[in-house]
Amino acid sequence: MDRLDFDVAHLFAGGLVLISFMLLYQDRLYALLNMFALQAVVLALSVSWQAHIQHAPHLYITAVITIAFKAIVIPVALHHIVARLGIHRDVENVVSVVPTMLAGIALVALSMVVMLRVTHGADALAREDLAFALSVVLLGLLMMVTRSNAVSQVVGFMSLENGLILAATGAKGMPLVVEISVAFSVLIALIVIGIFLFRIRERFDSVDIQAMDDIRGEGR
Amino acid sequence: MNVLLVNNIYLILFVPLLTAIILLALPDYRLSARLNVASCFLTFLAALSLFFAKPESGRYLMIDDLNIVFVVLNTFVAFTTSAFSASYIAHELATGRLTSTQLRFYHAMYQLLLGAMNLALVANNIGFMWVAIEVATLTTVVMVGMYRTHQALEAAWKYFILGSVGIALALFGTILIYMAARPVVGEGLNGMVWTVLIDHVAQFDPALLNLAFVFLLLGYGTKVGLVPLHAWLPDAHAEGPTPISAVLSGLLLNVALYAVLRFKMLMAANPGALAPGPLMAMLGLLSIVFAGFMLYRRGDIKRMFAYSSIEHMGIIVFAFGMGGALANFAGLLHMAMHSLTKSAIFFAVGHIVQAKGTQKIADIRGLTVTHPLLGWTLVVGVLSIVGMPPAGVFMSEFLIISSTVGRSPLLAVVMVIGLLVAFGSLVLRMHGMAFGTPSGGAAPVHASYLPMGAHLALVLAAGVYLPPPLVVWFQHIAALLG
Repeated sequence: MDRLDFDVAHLFAGGLVLISFMLLYQDRLYALLNMFALQAVVLALSVSWQAHIQHAPHLYITAVITIAFKAIVIPVALHHIVARLGIHRDVENVVSVVPTMLAGIALVALSMVVMLRVTHGADALAREDLAFALSVVLLGLLMMVTRSNAVSQVVGFMSLENGLILAATGAKGMPLVVEISVAFSVLIALIVIGIFLFRIRERFDSVDIQAMDDIRGEGR
Repeated sequence: MNVLLVNNIYLILFVPLLTAIILLALPDYRLSARLNVASCFLTFLAALSLFFAKPESGRYLMIDDLNIVFVVLNTFVAFTTSAFSASYIAHELATGRLTSTQLRFYHAMYQLLLGAMNLALVANNIGFMWVAIEVATLTTVVMVGMYRTHQALEAAWKYFILGSVGIALALFGTILIYMAARPVVGEGLNGMVWTVLIDHVAQFDPALLNLAFVFLLLGYGTKVGLVPLHAWLPDAHAEGPTPISAVLSGLLLNVALYAVLRFKMLMAANPGALAPGPLMAMLGLLSIVFAGFMLYRRGDIKRMFAYSSIEHMGIIVFAFGMGGALANFAGLLHMAMHSLTKSAIFFAVGHIVQAKGTQKIADIRGLTVTHPLLGWTLVVGVLSIVGMPPAGVFMSEFLIISSTVGRSPLLAVVMVIGLLVAFGSLVLRMHGMAFGTPSGGAAPVHASYLPMGAHLALVLAAGVYLPPPLVVWFQHIAALLG
């Protein structure tokens, strides 16, 4: 393996983890959306680089989908939704920043320990890619549990999904990557449409999931 | 003729898909309800024909002894549910809870769901299986939110988010399986073809397989409704249209379970990998006990039976987790019995809720007086699901417990406690609803008794007599599952 190939792939994958951390502490929705768009751009670069070093031209399709859909369409749509719903105030963190960041560091350490230990057989690039990917997935999950706002939960889910795309493109020669990225795009589009169409704000008076939780269906 | 037989595997995929497209264009709900039933019946026939003409497994689709049982059960329950749905939705339309546009959408989604579930079952590619389960999840999310009420939207949202996280974790597990397969079977499509994987799995790296299985079990386990991951299930069952509750409990949970079983078979075929059994048995046991206690305090009839589904999925996962010929056999039998019984109960519950105009258990009283047929069907259904003889559920639960007692008596004790608590709570609630002074609406309902009657008759018949060929068939699969 070429040293440069390895280093650049590493740089992009590490960049994704870093941006996942930055997503964790963004407490304004617009900033959060911008940061997510940045993560999508880095992901697209990473996917293109993988397409280049693996000589897998179909991965460029995934890169284009990522750039067009996740770096442009979704952030713009969510911007509009946030503006329309008038919720561009602070994101309410259920857990405060310091414990969240510490938990994030612990999760990254965990995924490094787990992944590097179990992937002795795989080549160095793939195993470190997977370790980074698992970190991004776990940080996305962490974001979903620490946020109570529906929009930021969706951003958390999308960053989780970025980790999956990173893993799928890092696994050399994996079939169906393009199909899977399309399937995920459909899923995310539906979630975003769901937020808007179901008019969660109208129905629930806020997009705060905690406010929704008091309806358990039992007290009817 | 030959062409048709070779292609019957395509029939079970394309009939639902084509019908879904036609149904989207059909404005008249009576016609589309009938077409829905007809298409489901055709799919069921195609599934039955798989017994007689088993097509060769390709790189994309396969039929083996395991999934044929799932496919036939799935298409049968989908067929009877479509018949129930036809009589159910007429009432929903009359009371204005659904509009005819929504119904058009509902029927198309029903067929799409059926097609996606069939694809998940016959896919010979773990990537396809994942995509199919994702599609099935999305269609059910849409249908759960169909009533557009406050609670329905909340339930749909919860289901959406938890289901998405579940399938995301399952995808990570799928990628890890590919990573484990790549050094052995080479790059490309082969690394995801299940029949190739199972042939070579013994040489895979066990550590990577272990990690993959944890993700797959958590991911698909969310869709099975295993206990720490079950939060979406009661809401989704309670707030959607009742035919969807029946399909969720009777079919979709089984499909997710099937995915777990496939990966369990991979794990079992690798000598170095962690034994998947104890993990599954623990999750199953936790589900049984938790759901048993949760059942006691339910105030909503559909929510109560949703918890009962968690309990029964727990029993099935526990049985497969214990493993061995007898427990696997019992697990399969229990899965079939649970699907039939639980969907029959939901058919009855659907009409009961329409007749009484409420889902609150406290407001449903004296059903055997006001609606004798429905009331007694509920009584028979509940007695079957709690495992009273001679229902088939009794036999499968008995087999599971007796096979566990010999190996780890302590687990059997815990399981029996869970079952007894569930038994007590369900019978207590059923007694209040079926007998006592009548309350609530007494208007007659135009119910279709045939689907529920057929299901319960099958369950009772299976408890009394299982045809020897079926026993041999199930024993064969039980041996396959290891």
